Amino acid sequence: MITLELPNVLCSHNGEKSSVVVDGTCRTVGDALSTLSGRLPGAHNRIMDEQGNVRRHVNVFVNGENIRFLDGLSTPVEGNAIITVIAAVSGG
Amino acid sequence: MVSSTRGKSAAKKRSSTSKKSAATRSLKPKKAIAKRASRSASNGQEALVLVGTMKGAFILRSDKSRKQWKIDGPYFKGEAVYALLHDTRGGRSRTYAAANSMHWGPTLRVSDDLGATWSEPADHTVRFPADAGRAVAQIWQIAAGRPTEPDVLYCGVEPAALFESRDGGETWQPNRGLMNHEHQPKWQPGGGGLCLHTIVVDPQNKQRMLIAMSTGGVYRSDDGGKSWRARNAGVRAQFMPEGQKYPEFGQCVHKVVHHPSRPGRLFLQNHWGLYRSDDWGDSWHDIANGVPSDFGFAMQMHPHDPDTVYIVPIEADMFRATPEAKLRVYRTRNAGKSWEPLTKGLPQHDAYENVLRDALAADSFDSAGIYFGTRSGKLFGSRDEGATWTAMADGLPPIVCVKTGRVGAGAA
Repeated sequence: MITLELPNVLCSHNGEKSSVVVDGTCRTVGDALSTLSGRLPGAHNRIMDEQGNVRRHVNVFVNGENIRFLDGLSTPVEGNAIITVIAAVSGG
Repeated sequence: MVSSTRGKSAAKKRSSTSKKSAATRSLKPKKAIAKRASRSASNGQEALVLVGTMKGAFILRSDKSRKQWKIDGPYFKGEAVYALLHDTRGGRSRTYAAANSMHWGPTLRVSDDLGATWSEPADHTVRFPADAGRAVAQIWQIAAGRPTEPDVLYCGVEPAALFESRDGGETWQPNRGLMNHEHQPKWQPGGGGLCLHTIVVDPQNKQRMLIAMSTGGVYRSDDGGKSWRARNAGVRAQFMPEGQKYPEFGQCVHKVVHHPSRPGRLFLQNHWGLYRSDDWGDSWHDIANGVPSDFGFAMQMHPHDPDTVYIVPIEADMFRATPEAKLRVYRTRNAGKSWEPLTKGLPQHDAYENVLRDALAADSFDSAGIYFGTRSGKLFGSRDEGATWTAMADGLPPIVCVKTGRVGAGAA
């Protein structure tokens, strides 16, 4: 079971819940995030732009590892992976 | 359409979330504005001034005299709001705001109750199609279509592209003629990004419209947006080598304005250069007659006089501050033959200010109100067409956008 954890600011796009269970057949982070496009479009569109890229000031971790330093959206996920979305160090 | 606060939101695609302002206060101007201009704001109507900043939006609402203002906001705290529009076409009183979260991207938000509540769309409705190979970084402009087409809206975005809505902002489509223009790969970002910031529609000819971008310059369509031609003849590109300073395209145009009663006449504030065209941009002529600098960003047409234009000269691209440390609005009343400084009520010492391209606006009352905001967060207003000015707010976040509107019976 793959779990995707959302930051508080995006919980409103998930019925005020902070996590969502993703289809266990997903093989990569990109696959897992893409499943949100139909289920939680508000969250999906805020994490990723319309070209399918993670937004510049958003960080995605898999089991605590930033995917920027792994294989990006191609980073594999398996088993009970936890994907965490966190706002990067920046702000307005 | 957008649900307003009171309720119909659940059935709508967009959910409406309450964002009641944290701060509502009255602003008493430090100085009374000239009494002779008091015939405006009549007929039970009130004036709106919409202010977009780097950290959210504010809405100021006047009493009937426009002497006192109540400010609400910030809306979209922490998000940059580069584009605002109050639209009263079709019997609406709708406010559009382009709020850009550094983290979560740009969204077009809508309020039907003057900011008490805003839509929170699940979808980023202004977005490129997958085959475009690019993503919207920022919405720089929201423009109303013709009065006869109340459901038509346009957005100018970064990277430079034009979007059109024909259903009041519910859905948007990119203009493919411009998006796939043969010049597009050579358009380059200016200091603020590769932004399409100006949208001018011909009120008489539905086939004609004009846009401007930085950098790329002016483009005009005469076939309803199917094709676009660069219209920059006579506009200087200071930053190009000798012999290449008047290219077909690539100019860093900062703003273009026109008056609907004389749409073929256009005024242009360039990255160095002030110009006028009397033939819908086919040719441009220098009108920097008597200004302290022809560099600047902001430009605003008088609402009733097609010969009157306002600008705020800036010293230079390498020193983006008001010349001589004086905050001066310049006005021409003869279509650029001469310009006069308007200073009464504005700081004339130690004022190193900058006013950005969309931060100068006019209302449509009989005695026109003129408003502008600075990058240092000061908002000034004049209700006598620029003769005298009053500080309306001080200490706002950096101001990037000022727009106006009218509310009340018969607003248009």
